Amino acid sequence: MSGRSIYKPQSSFMRWLERRLPIASLVHSSFIVYPTPRNLNYWWTFGGILTFMLGVQIVTGVVLAMHYTPHVDHAFDSVESIMRDVNYGWLLRYVHANGASFFFVAVYVHIARGMYYGSYKDPREVLWILGVILFLLMVVTGFTGYVLPWGQMSFWAATVITNLFSALPWVGEPVVTWLWGGYAVGNPTLNRFYSLHYLLPFVIAGVVVLHIWALHMVGQNNPTGVEPKAEKDTVAFTPYATIKDAFFIGVFCIVFAWFIFYIPNYLGHSDNYIMANPGQTPTHIVPEWYYLPFYAILRAIPNKLLGVIALAGSIIILAFLPWLDTSRVRSANYRPLYRQFLLLFFAAVIGLGYLGSQLPEGGYVIAARLLTAYYFAYFLIILPLLGLFERTKPLPNSISESVLGAGVPAGASAPPPSGAKA
Amino acid sequence: MNAHRSGVFACALAAALAATAMRPALAQEQQAPPRQHWSFAGPFGQYDQEQLQRGFKIYREVCSNCHSLKLLAFRNLTDPGGPGFTAAQAAAIAATFQVTDGPNDQGQMFQRPGKIADYFPPPFPNEQAARAALGGKLPPDMSVLALARSYERGFPWFIFDAFTMYQEEGPDYIHAILNGYTDPPAGFNLPPGAQYNKYFPGHAIGMPKPLSDGQVEYTDGTPTTVDQYGRDVAAFLMWAGEPKLDTRKRVGFQVILYLIVLTGLLYFTKKRVWHAAEHDLDPSAPAAPPEPRPPTEYARS
Repeated sequence: MSGRSIYKPQSSFMRWLERRLPIASLVHSSFIVYPTPRNLNYWWTFGGILTFMLGVQIVTGVVLAMHYTPHVDHAFDSVESIMRDVNYGWLLRYVHANGASFFFVAVYVHIARGMYYGSYKDPREVLWILGVILFLLMVVTGFTGYVLPWGQMSFWAATVITNLFSALPWVGEPVVTWLWGGYAVGNPTLNRFYSLHYLLPFVIAGVVVLHIWALHMVGQNNPTGVEPKAEKDTVAFTPYATIKDAFFIGVFCIVFAWFIFYIPNYLGHSDNYIMANPGQTPTHIVPEWYYLPFYAILRAIPNKLLGVIALAGSIIILAFLPWLDTSRVRSANYRPLYRQFLLLFFAAVIGLGYLGSQLPEGGYVIAARLLTAYYFAYFLIILPLLGLFERTKPLPNSISESVLGAGVPAGASAPPPSGAKA
Repeated sequence: MNAHRSGVFACALAAALAATAMRPALAQEQQAPPRQHWSFAGPFGQYDQEQLQRGFKIYREVCSNCHSLKLLAFRNLTDPGGPGFTAAQAAAIAATFQVTDGPNDQGQMFQRPGKIADYFPPPFPNEQAARAALGGKLPPDMSVLALARSYERGFPWFIFDAFTMYQEEGPDYIHAILNGYTDPPAGFNLPPGAQYNKYFPGHAIGMPKPLSDGQVEYTDGTPTTVDQYGRDVAAFLMWAGEPKLDTRKRVGFQVILYLIVLTGLLYFTKKRVWHAAEHDLDPSAPAAPPEPRPPTEYARS
C-alpha cells in the first residue's frame, strides 16, 4: 500500500547513499508520496499529535533527568530545585507534567476516533493491537513518572497500585515484595520506577515504529470506512497530510500552552506538593485524571481480586475489539444504532472518570457499578449482537463519491466522477 | 435517528442529574474560602513587590517562630519577580538569623550569623524538637504551602476554573484560615489543645490564632488588620512556592501569541494547498485546471 517509490536521487552523494542505504527513498515513499484518503477529517491528525507529544516528553524528560535525584530523601527537593534554580526548569517541568496529561488527551481522542470509524477492523487488527500495547505502555510510563516527585500522592498512588498485585492468589505477596524491592514502598521502589520511567518511552518509540509500519502496510481508514479504490480517492501525504497535521498540532499547542503557562497545577493534586510521608495517609487518594475511569471500575467491584481483574480486563478487552465487533461496516456514520451505543459508551467512560474522583460512597457506588456493567456489556454483548441485527445505511461507492455527495443537492443526480470506479 | 439521539442525551442528562443528587454529604459543612483579589491572578498577573515585602515581614516576625521555609535562600529575596530587596538588605536580613555551620577544624558544629547564600534556617533542629516544644504538633514547612493547600471546587466549578484561570485556591485558603478563628458552635466537641476554625477541614486546628489586628507594624500606611495580614502573607507564600510566576505569565503570553500567528499562517497554507486537491475533484469544473497546479513535486506519480 505504501506509495510506489519514484524517488530519483538528485545529487551524486544521494546516488552514492541510495546504493548503500536507501533511507532517502524510504522516507520519500513513506512520508512524501504515501497516499492518504482525501476525506480524512481533523480527528485523523491525532496520530501526528501523539508522535509530536512523544518527542516533547522525551526531550523535556531527558533534560529533567539531568537535574533530578532519585532518592527518597532528595527527590522532592530536587524537583523543587528544578523549579527554582535550573534555567527555565519551571518550564521544563510544567511542560513535562502537563505534557503527560495532553499525551493522554490525544491518545483518548485517537482511540475514540478508531472506535467511531471502525479503524480496528480487517485488515487493521495488528495495527489496532499495537495501539493497545502502546496505550498500556503509556499507562505504566505515566504511573511510574507520577511517583518520581515523591509527594504524598506519588507515594500513596504507588502504594495503592502496587498493592493491587497482592490480590493475586498464592503469588500475590511475593510479587508485591518483588515489585517494591523491600517490604514497603521505599527507596528501591523509587529507583526502579525511575529506571523504568526512563526506559519505557524508548520502548514506546520502538512500538510506534511498528505501529506506523503496520499502518503503511494496510493504509489509513477514513470517515466512510470504504477503502480507496482509485487514485482520485487519495492525496499525497506531503504536502496534504503534513500541512493539515502541522496546522492542528498548532491548535493543540495553543491549548497545551494555556495549561503550561496559566494553569500549570490545574490537572495536578495539591497534596503532591507535600513530601511523601509513609506515616500519614491522605484523606482521599486519587490517581491522575487519566486513570480515573479505570480506578472507578476497580472500586466498583466489591471483591478485590475481581476488581483487579476488571481493571486489567477493561484495557485488555480493547485488544479483542476487532473480533467482538461482528459488523462488516466500519464507520459509525453508516451504523445508526452502533453510533448511539458508542456515544453512550463514551459518556459512560466520562461518567466513570467523574465517579473515580469521588469517594466511593452511597449512590456513587451504584452509579459506578451501572456504568461498569455498561462498559463490559458494550464489548461482550452489544457489539457481537449488533453486527448481526443492525440495519446499516448504504455505503458510498467510493471516497470521491462521498466527498462530492455533500455538495450535490438531494435528488439531483450527481455525475459519477470519471475514473472513480476504474 | 433524531429520536435516538435525543434519547441518548436524555439518558446522559438523567444519569448526570442522578449523580449530582446522590452526592454524599461527605464534605460536611466545610465552608469554601472567600475569593480574594490577587495581583498575580489572571493572564497578566504579577506579584505586588510591596505586598511581598509586607508578607515577608509577617513571616519573619510571626510565622518563622514555628514554620520553616527550607527551600528558600536569603538570596532569593533579591530575585527578579520577588520582594525586590537589594543584596545589602538581603545580607542584613540573613545576618539576623543564626545558622548552624561546621564541622570546624575541631570537629564541632557551630553557630554563626547567616549569609546571603544560606537557606532560611528552620526554627527547630528536627521534627521531634518541634513536637516537644509545641505540645506534639508539627508546623508544616511553608516553602510550597500555597501550592500544597486547596479546597474542593466541585462540579461544575472545576470546569469553569480552567477557563477563568483560577489557580489561587492556596492563597485563598491560607487567607481564610488566618481569618477563620471563631468560637466553636454550641455542641462542637473541640479536642484539647485545638482551636476552632471554620475553614479548616474538620474545624479543629492545632495552630493557635497567630495574628491579631495591629500585631505587625506597617510603615507604608497599609491597614494593620488580620484581613490585610492574611492577604499579604498568603501572597508572600504564593511567591515562595511559585517564584517564577511573573516570568511564566510573561513568557506564556508571548508563546501563545506566537502560536496563534503561526497556526493562522499554517491554516491559510493548508487552505491553499488543499484548494488544488478539492478543485481537482469538482465535477462542475472544466476538465483542464484553469489555474497553475501546485509545483510538480506535490504530485504523487
